[in-house]
This record gives sequence, structure tokens and C-alpha cells, in this order.
Amino acid sequence: MAKSSSLQKTTLSKGVKVTFTMAADEEELPDDEEELPIDDEEAISASEDEEGSDDERKHNKLLEAISSLGGRNRKKQNERSEASVQVSEFSVNAEGTGEKVNLSDLLGTVEKAPGTSNKTKKQLRNLQNSKETLELPLNKQQTEKIQRGIAYEKTAQEVSCWNNIIVQNRKAEQVVFPLNQEPLGPKRVEQVVAGWKVQTPLEQEIFRLLHNNSQPAVDPVLTPIEEASLKAMSLEEAKIRRAELQKARALQSYYEAKAKREKKIKSKKYHRVQKKARRKEFLKQFEDMCKTNPEVALEELKKMELSRMTERMSLKHQNKGKWAKSKAIMAKYDDSARKAMQEQLQMNKDLTQKMVVLSDDEHESKDEELETVPDFVNDPEPIIDSVNPWMKGQLTREQPEVRCVTPEEAEPAGEEHEEEELLGEFERKRKLRQADEEGSTPAEENAEHASEVVGEDVVEISDKEENDDKEEDEEEEEVDVSEFNTLFKLMRTEKSQEGQEDGEGLLDEGPIRVQNIEDLEVLGEVFEPQPTVAPSRPQTAVAETPSAPTNKKNKEINLREVLTKEAKVIKVPFLPTVVEDEHDEQISIIKEAFAGDDVISDFMKDKRKQEAAARPKVVDLTLPGWGEWGGVGLKPSRWKRKRFRVKMPPPPPRQDQKLPDVIISVKRNASLAPHQVSHLPFPFENTAQFESCIRTPIGPTWNTQNVVKKMTKPKVVTTMGAIIEPMVKEDFIKNRTTTPAAKGPAIMFREDKGARRGAKRPSERNQRRSQKRKK
Amino acid sequence: MAAPTPEVLSSTHVEKKSKQKVSKRYWEETKNTEQKKPEEEPSKDVQNQNEATVKESSLKRKKGESDKPVKEDPFPGQAPIPTERLQKFQRGEKHKTPAGARRKLKEAIVFSESVSELAQKQAARYDLLLPEDAGFLEGDEGEDTSTISQDDIADAVDITSGSKYFNLHLSQFGPYRLDYSRNGRHLLLGGKKGHVACIDWQSKDLMCEMNVMETVNDVKWLHTEAMFAVAQKKWLYIYDSKGVELHCVKKFNDVLKMQFLPYHFLLATASATGFLQYLDVSVGKEVAAIGTKLGRLDVMAQNPYNAVVHLGHPNGTVSLWSPNQREPLVKMLCHRGAVRSLTVDKTGMYMVTSGLDRKLKVYDIRAFKPLHSCFLPAGASCLSLSQKGLLSAATGDVVQVYKNACGSSTLSKPYMAHRLRGQVCGVAYCPFEDVLGIGHEQGFTSMIVPGAGEPNFDALDTNPYRSFKQRQEWEVKALLEKVQPELIGLDPGQLGKVDQASFEQRHKERVEALGFDPLAKEKFKPIKKKKGRSSAGSVEKRKRKVAHEDQRDIIRQSVQEKMERQKELEEKSKEKRELGVKTTLDRFRK
Repeated sequence: MAKSSSLQKTTLSKGVKVTFTMAADEEELPDDEEELPIDDEEAISASEDEEGSDDERKHNKLLEAISSLGGRNRKKQNERSEASVQVSEFSVNAEGTGEKVNLSDLLGTVEKAPGTSNKTKKQLRNLQNSKETLELPLNKQQTEKIQRGIAYEKTAQEVSCWNNIIVQNRKAEQVVFPLNQEPLGPKRVEQVVAGWKVQTPLEQEIFRLLHNNSQPAVDPVLTPIEEASLKAMSLEEAKIRRAELQKARALQSYYEAKAKREKKIKSKKYHRVQKKARRKEFLKQFEDMCKTNPEVALEELKKMELSRMTERMSLKHQNKGKWAKSKAIMAKYDDSARKAMQEQLQMNKDLTQKMVVLSDDEHESKDEELETVPDFVNDPEPIIDSVNPWMKGQLTREQPEVRCVTPEEAEPAGEEHEEEELLGEFERKRKLRQADEEGSTPAEENAEHASEVVGEDVVEISDKEENDDKEEDEEEEEVDVSEFNTLFKLMRTEKSQEGQEDGEGLLDEGPIRVQNIEDLEVLGEVFEPQPTVAPSRPQTAVAETPSAPTNKKNKEINLREVLTKEAKVIKVPFLPTVVEDEHDEQISIIKEAFAGDDVISDFMKDKRKQEAAARPKVVDLTLPGWGEWGGVGLKPSRWKRKRFRVKMPPPPPRQDQKLPDVIISVKRNASLAPHQVSHLPFPFENTAQFESCIRTPIGPTWNTQNVVKKMTKPKVVTTMGAIIEPMVKEDFIKNRTTTPAAKGPAIMFREDKGARRGAKRPSERNQRRSQKRKK
Repeated sequence: MAAPTPEVLSSTHVEKKSKQKVSKRYWEETKNTEQKKPEEEPSKDVQNQNEATVKESSLKRKKGESDKPVKEDPFPGQAPIPTERLQKFQRGEKHKTPAGARRKLKEAIVFSESVSELAQKQAARYDLLLPEDAGFLEGDEGEDTSTISQDDIADAVDITSGSKYFNLHLSQFGPYRLDYSRNGRHLLLGGKKGHVACIDWQSKDLMCEMNVMETVNDVKWLHTEAMFAVAQKKWLYIYDSKGVELHCVKKFNDVLKMQFLPYHFLLATASATGFLQYLDVSVGKEVAAIGTKLGRLDVMAQNPYNAVVHLGHPNGTVSLWSPNQREPLVKMLCHRGAVRSLTVDKTGMYMVTSGLDRKLKVYDIRAFKPLHSCFLPAGASCLSLSQKGLLSAATGDVVQVYKNACGSSTLSKPYMAHRLRGQVCGVAYCPFEDVLGIGHEQGFTSMIVPGAGEPNFDALDTNPYRSFKQRQEWEVKALLEKVQPELIGLDPGQLGKVDQASFEQRHKERVEALGFDPLAKEKFKPIKKKKGRSSAGSVEKRKRKVAHEDQRDIIRQSVQEKMERQKELEEKSKEKRELGVKTTLDRFRK
């Protein structure tokens, strides 16, 4: 209620409202509501009218509740009144229509009411006594205008804060969009999660220390310098990785291409060879597998067994087929047919041979059942290995090495799993058998490998021999070089030697020279340097001797004699020519020579002609016969000619005005005009300004790299694919206040609060931005 | 000789010689040189000093850092740039912002000024990377350098440089014309009687050799050493470096002299019939053919500064031509007799001519004024200017080299001289080398002229050591940066100026170029109407109407103009009356 006094004075409508509320306080009937003027009842809506009765009841109840707070006159309020007494059900009561509602009518009871404070009473009285009427409210247009004005001011103020940034961006040499670019790369957990607070004084102390020394607060957090270096490293790594990937991809594509190519090859022989190679490879692998992955090896073994079984069952390679029979007939005469048959048989042998090996492992399984491996099983192994080392999958070059290596390998093998042991034993057995076979008649399969491997060995050996030879050669060379050097030292001083060598270098170019010299040395041409030295010697000799014309004759005539004569001839005429005084005789000669053509007068004539052509012509506009007699032989009068001749303005002074022996063309270079700027561009006021602005070329031909980059910097830079969102107020405010804070550590303490404010994660900021946009 | 030879080696070589007086190498900085040419070198001296100071300062800086890391840097910031060097790279005058300028204008001017200043500074800084100096020849007291024979020089210098003096005895196929490629690696020789050869002259590697079985008037390398043009008896031929004939250009007949404009890719030819023709070698099109009407054109030179072609004529005049103008840009009377030879300085400032009147004249072709002239008893038949401004003049069978020909001082005595076996037919300096190539009746002579070549080369433009790949890349870049022939003119900076021509003039030019007036008003054409309304009479009426309308417009305009003029006149007279002295007749005025 204390408010009411102030409210009353604002507007009439409000005042009425207030009075109404007051009346309500005094427990006026709900009818009062209906008596209120309609225009004042803005709050009551149509929907409320419909549920009027219900609302009224509620309202009354509310009023009762409020008044009951007063305490004393609770009972009075419980009185009920009937609406029908005042308001007829059938007709509107027209009583009191002409009367105005006075404040006193409404407030008469207030005075009497005991609950009202003196203050309100006083105020009400004052209000009653005041005669002045309240002003009319402004009409709609005017209020709207005022509102608009205020709104404009407000928005103008709001928007004006953008001015600076707009000007700044317009002035800026380069604007980079999107504006808030987050640094790329993964972030640390500490940066993402809001930092924990430092609480205890000890912690504070520690962190302060760390911070002062710009050390990381949490151990994974790095110092800024370290971080930078790390980043650099990561880039390098990325590059390396990329290169690797590229390489891998390239290799893959190569292999694919190769496979495709090979697939297309139709040659049977090729495929046979390939198959053989594959088999070999497989065997090798199998050896390895036996050691490393016995389970898989076992499976492979099983497969092999299966194949053996099928082979045994079938008559495929036994020369029993139709084809084989036909071949058998031919075999007598045809070599190739015989070969084919043999091959078939060999295949059969190959495939069934394994059976023999596998049959051994049945024995071995018995051995295995014994679970104790007898020593003698291990003993023969090294010998076997030495016999056919290729079965091990490693090529041995020198036997003693193998001998010392293999037992070592064997012992750990024994210590390993039983299965491995078993497999190893299989192998050994087989090898042993094979070795026996080799001793008498080597198995074809292995024989092939053997031959190949042996071949390789041979090659290697030969290589080695070569190497040895080379080494020997090198040694020899060294000896030779040393010999050469001693000789050379004897012959010349070190200095001269250098000079000589370099001299040669200039002729021979670079590193090849050394090789060549060495080669020469190897050839044993100790005397070779002498000829190279020899020419340099004579040179020095020549230099020492005052003149050696005989030497030079092969090149040219000695110039000294010629030139001394020549110089005299030249020197005499020079002095006068400088002064421009020519000898009389010479003048006469020249005059004689050019008597015919007067060059100068010709030139003068030419010049005059040119000048005349360049001068603008007088335009004669006289029409004969106008205003006087016309006809053949009659000329227009002098007056008329004078009157109708239009004189053109004189041309600008010629460039060659003061140069009598020069004609400079005054024609404009029209072809250049399309390339030139014809209109002065916007901010410039005169041509001098513009020309001075474009006087510095921007190309790399005339400038250093950095300057070119700076001059041709693009005005706007955008990242491809990035969404450029409209600028939000926070963006530039943040930019202005805190930029470096983002780099700070996540964990903060009291001292750098400002920094922390700035260190809000960009993700957070983005969230807020999006929220703002939604609004 | 600008080749980067190891200095240690060279010094040893020179020391070895007892005849040290013969020559001084350019890398041996001596005081004598500075005494000898004090006018030219002062700036360099200052530069050197400055460099020295800079070095010292840097040393000091280093020391300071090592000793006391806490101590303040006595030379903070970047090293200062000497003003002389800054001036060297200045482009135009600095423009001050006018007092009452608009903000935008101010910003534009300030930005451009800052950028150009930065460019200038950076260029001056990077000037450190051009460390080489030109050499020179110095005689003993009383010894004339022109008396020093080539053999002596070749003996005195290092082997590589010494090998640059050589003779090719080619007596069979007559006087030789020659041309060096732009980077100075390759030499093209053309004998009058048809012998054409191209040589990698430094390695003496013969690239190709042939006889075209025709008279050869001139030979010229095109943009690279892969192609060259030969002006033969009848037509112009283009061959590749292996001697394969690529083109026979029959549009270009009776060519006597050729010039190649490298940045425009234009081959300019002067023919016996008086035609100056331009061939664009990048697209193979004839750009312009100008009938000079000045007779046989056998004297030709180009101005490397603005690509203007200079022609010498039998009537003693020299005319300057661009492909854009059918008349000479400039015509100057240089000699009283026919012009025998002419050459233009690299900077485009000086032109040297020699005529039948046995005079040698040096012109300042910025002002078209003669600087000095001198009298050679035999008259120079061939002239050539080196990159460093040494002038070589061939008189008969002697080639003389003059120093400071293009300076203020007059020619006094030759710097060097060399006698050959036969009449000299062509002289040319090898770019970036201290070598003068002379083609004569008995073959070719390569002569050592210390201080002739530019010691520092721009590897992006002309690199003597470029590889095949580099050449390819350069070619692409050069083609991209090709300058259009329309831009050739006396002032190459014209492009950077605003076209001041009036609208009428420009319009006139446009009409000339297009062949019709694009802005011309269309003539009224009455619509064909039906139902007898398009009779001759009615059509005429309609035409009249339109014509009247047009005329009325014109009349209205003219009347308005008249009124305005009258008003002005009245005002003027009023002013006059107010200001003027009253006369007795004024009393009759109302």
C-alpha cells in the first residue's frame, strides 16, 4: 500500500486500479467490478467473462482470506448477500446511471474502517481535496513516436559498440575467417575439464613456485616451450608417417599391378617355374613354422598328408590315363613326350615321397609316447645340417660357422615345447633320410634346390673371389699411390702440386677427376703427371723470360710491335678530335665525299614538313555563292573568308623545339591506351597521387620474396569448408581483453583470475554463442 | 671471368708470376683502383666501409652475448642500411599525404608508401648478396694498357680465364657474324658464305655445324640456346641447336640485320628493301611490318631499356622505331655521311654511333643530345658496348676497347687494342664474362677484356650455370611474363601513368581501331505499316517528324548555350563597368 501513493499520480487508469484494490480491501461487493468503466478494464479478458461466476466466487474467497488476516472483524466477513436484490435477473437496473462515480463514494468507508492507517487516510483526503484534473494521456501516435525515439536511442547505443570493430576490420590489411579458430590437434584433459582448485596453503605455495618458473603444474602438462617443440615434432612425425603411407600405398599398387600382369601370362613354363618357387617358399616357411607356430605347422602337415592320400588313391600321375598312353606310344620317337611322361612320374614320386616322411613320424609318435628323447636324436643333427643346410631355410656360407651355431640352436629347441621338439625330430629324421638318399641318389625335389643353392653359392664364392681380387687391387693401388706420391713430392713442392691438381680440376670437372687419376695410377703410369707438369713449367719460364716471341707465334703475331705503331697513329688524331677541330684536309676530303647529298638541308626540310603536318589545320567554312555572286572563276570575298575560317588553338610546344638535329614524333601511342588507366580511381584526387601509389612494382622480379608476399596478401582469408558464422559480441570483446590467456595452464590459483576468465574453453564459448543465437 | 673461381688458387697463380705488373685481378682490392677512378667508386667505398662497420657491430654483438647475457644489446634492432644503397633502389619520389585529405585517401597513400619503403629497404638489404666486383687491367707506370697483348694477359690470369682467349681459324667461309646467347654460354657463328656453327664456347663443345649453301647475312639466338635465326640470302630461317631447320619464314625476305627483344619474344629484322619487321617467336606471328622508306637497312641496334629498335641510314640519320607506330618515334641526324654502326648502352642512356665521316659520337638518348664526338682515322665499322660500359670499336683489322666511353669524360686513348688477321665483321661482348667476341674474315677471336662483363648475374633471369630443367622452367616463366608488343615505346614507365587523353580523342582512336563508331546514333528507320499507310509520302512524313524532333533538340541546346553565354557576358560587362573608369559617354547610360 505504500506504493499506492506514488502510483496514483502516474496515470488515471492506474489510479482507478489502485482505488479498486483499496475498495476490495474494504470488502466491497463483487458488483463493484462490474461498475468499473469498461475502458479501464484492460485486464479482464473474454474468457474470464465466461467463467465469471466461478471466478467471482474465488475472488471473494480470496478477499475474505485477505481481510481475515486483519483478525478482529473476521466474523463480519462471513455475511452473505444475495445478488438478486441489486441485480435483477431479468432486467438491468438503471439506477444511478447518470451519476458519476466519485472517489468519496468509493472511499467513504475507508475513513470509518479501523484497520486503515492514518497515513493512507491522509493521502486519500489529500487526493479528495485536490481539485486539479489529471492530464489526458497522449494519443496513440505520439506515444508510439516517443517510444520509437527511445527505442532508437537504445538500439543505436547498443549497435554503436560494433563501430570500432567494423572500422578496424575495414582498415585491416587482412581479415581471417572464421574468427575464433580453435587450435588444431588434440587437447589435454586438463584443458578440457575445468581445473580443480588449489586449496591448502602448501599447494598454493607449490603452484606459485611452479608458476613463477613457468613450469607445468600437473605432471603431463608441459611448459609452453616444450609444447611448441612437441608440436614441431608431431609435424615431422606426421610427415614421416604420411611418407610411409604413401610408400605403402605405392607398393601395394605395384604388387597389384604385378599380380595382374602375372595372372595374364599364359606360358606354361612360366607357371611351372612359379609353382616350383612357391613350393620352395612354402617349404621354407614350413621350416620356420615348425619352430615358431607348431600348431599351424601340424595343420599343414595334415593337409600334406591328405594330399598324399589323394595322390596315392588316384591314378593321376601314374601314366595310366588316355593321354599318358598316347604319349607312351610317342615316347619312343618324341623327346618332349618322354619328358612329359617323366615329369608325370616325378610328380607322383614327389607327392608320394612325403608319405614316406610321414610314415616316419608314425614311428616318432611311438617315440613320443616314450616321452623321453634319447640323446642320440640330437647328436646327428649338426652333421645333417651341415650336409644340406638349405633345408634349414638359411644359407650357410662357411661350414665352421654353421657348426658352432647349430648346436646352440638345437639345445634351446630341446628345452622348448614338446610339440616343437617333435616337429624338430620329424625334420631331422627326414633330413637324415634325405641325406642318405643324396648319398646314393639324391631326391629330385631337393636336388633342384640343391643345384640352385649351390649355384648361388658358387656365385657368391666367385663374388668373394672378386672381392678379394679387388681388395688386392686396392692394396696394389694404395702401394702405387704411395709410390706416386713420393715421386710427386720429390718432383714438386706441395703448393705447386695443389695448383696443378686444381688446374686439372678446372678442366676435368669435379669428382670424376680423382677417379681418373686413380685409374691412371692403377695403370701404373707413373710418368703420366710429368706431361701435365711440363706445360706449366714452360709457362713460368715464359713469364720469367722478358719476351719469347717464338712461343707465341703459334697463336698470333706479336702485338707489341703492331700496337706501338698503332698507338701513335691513334694518339695523334685523338687530341684534336676531342676539341672538335678537324684537320682542313680531312674536312675537304669529307666535303668532297659528300658533295652530292646535302644531308643537313634534307633533314631540315624533313623536319619542317613534320612540324607542318603536326600543326592543326585551319578549317575553312566558307560557302561560295552565299550572299554574293558565285560561279566558275569567282572566289568568295576576302571578308567572307576571314569571317568563316575557324582557327584551331596552337598545339603544345614540340619536344624537339630546341633540338635542331632531332625530330620527335608527336603521335600518341594509341596501342598503349587500352592498357592504361583512363579514369582516376576512387580515393585519389589527382593523378600524381595515384601514380605514386602504383610506382612500386609488385612482382617477384623486382622485389624480395617477403615483400612480394606482403604486397599480394589477400584481403580476406577463409579456411576451406569452415562455416563462417556471424560475429557475436563476445568475439571481439574477448579478443580485445584477453588473448594470451588461452595458452595458460588449466589449473589456476587466486593470483591470475583474469587469466582464468579468459581461459574459458572455446567449446564453452561456442555453447554460449549458440545459446545466444537461439535467443 | 665472373665465374666463381676459388680465390686461394687464383692468388697463388698470380703470385707465381714475376710479371705481376701485367694485370690486376678484379678480386684484388687495391688502393690504386680507387685512386684511379675516384668518380665512379666513392659510393662503393662507402658501402664497403659500411659493410665493415656492420660486420664489426655484428661481431661485437656476438661477443656481448657470450660474455654477459644480461647486458643490454648495444646495437638493438636491425642493422642500419647506408643511404647510398637505399638511394640505389629508390623508385620515384615519395608522395606526402595532402593536409586535408579524406581518410580513405590517406590510408591508401600511407599504405602504398609503407610498402614501397619496405620494398626499397629489403632490396637494399639483399644487395649484400651481390658481392662480386668487376675487374680491370692496370699497367705499370708509363705503360699503356693498350700495348699489353692478349697472350700476356692469357698467361697472367688463371687457366680457366686464360682459356677464354682463343682463335678459331675459319678462313674458308668468309667474314663471320656472331652472337652470344643471353646467358653467355653459347656462341653462334655465321660465315658470310654459309657456314653456321653454334658452340658452347666455354667448354669448346660444338653443338652443331653446317653450311646452309647460301649467303648468311646475320645470325641471332632466340630466347634460348635451343633455337636460332639465320638471315639467309632470300629468307629468314630458324634452326634448332642441332641444326635442324625448323622454319623458313618467307614473309621475312632479304633480311640484313636482326635483333631479338628477349622480354617481348620479338625478332626484329631489317631488310634490304627497307622493311622493319617484327616476328613474335612465341606464337610465330608477324606483329608488325613497317616500311621505313629509308632505303637499305644494314645498321641496327636495340635499346635494352625500352626495346626500341635503332636503325642507321645512309643519309646519316638514326631512327628509333617501335612496332606500334608506322613512323619513327625519333629521327636524329648523327653523321654527315652514312651511319656505319651503332650500339646502345644497357641502361638505355647512351647511344654510340660511327659514320662514314669517320666520327664516333656518343649520344645521350634521354635528351637526344650528343655528349661527345671524336675522330677515328679509319672510322669504326663495328661497335659494341659491354654490360659494364666498355666500348669496343673495330677499325679495319684492329679492335680497340675504350673505357668510360659513356661518361662525362671524353674518349682519350684506348683501354685495350688487339690486331686481327682480317677485316672485322662483327663484335659482341659476352654477357657475364670479360670476353669480347670478334668475328672477322679469318674466323673468330675471343679476346679477354678485363672488366667488361657484369660480375653478378640474376639467376632467375639469365643464369649462365643453369641446368636443362632450370632452362625449361625459366622458359615457361618467361613466356608467362612476356611483355606485349603494344607496350613498346620510348618511355617504358608509360604504363604506370594515367591516360590523360580527352574522351573525344580516345573515342576517335577507338573508332579507328574498330572501324566503326560504337556510340553512333542509329539512323531512324520507319516501321513498315500495312493497309496502305506505308506509302512513300507517309513514310517521308514520319521521317520528317523524327528529323524535326532531333533538330529541335539541337536548337534547344544551342539556344540554352547562347543564353548562358550572354549571361556571362553581361555579368562580365557589369563587372567591368563597376570596375572601369567612367567616361563621358556613361551619362547616356541608364
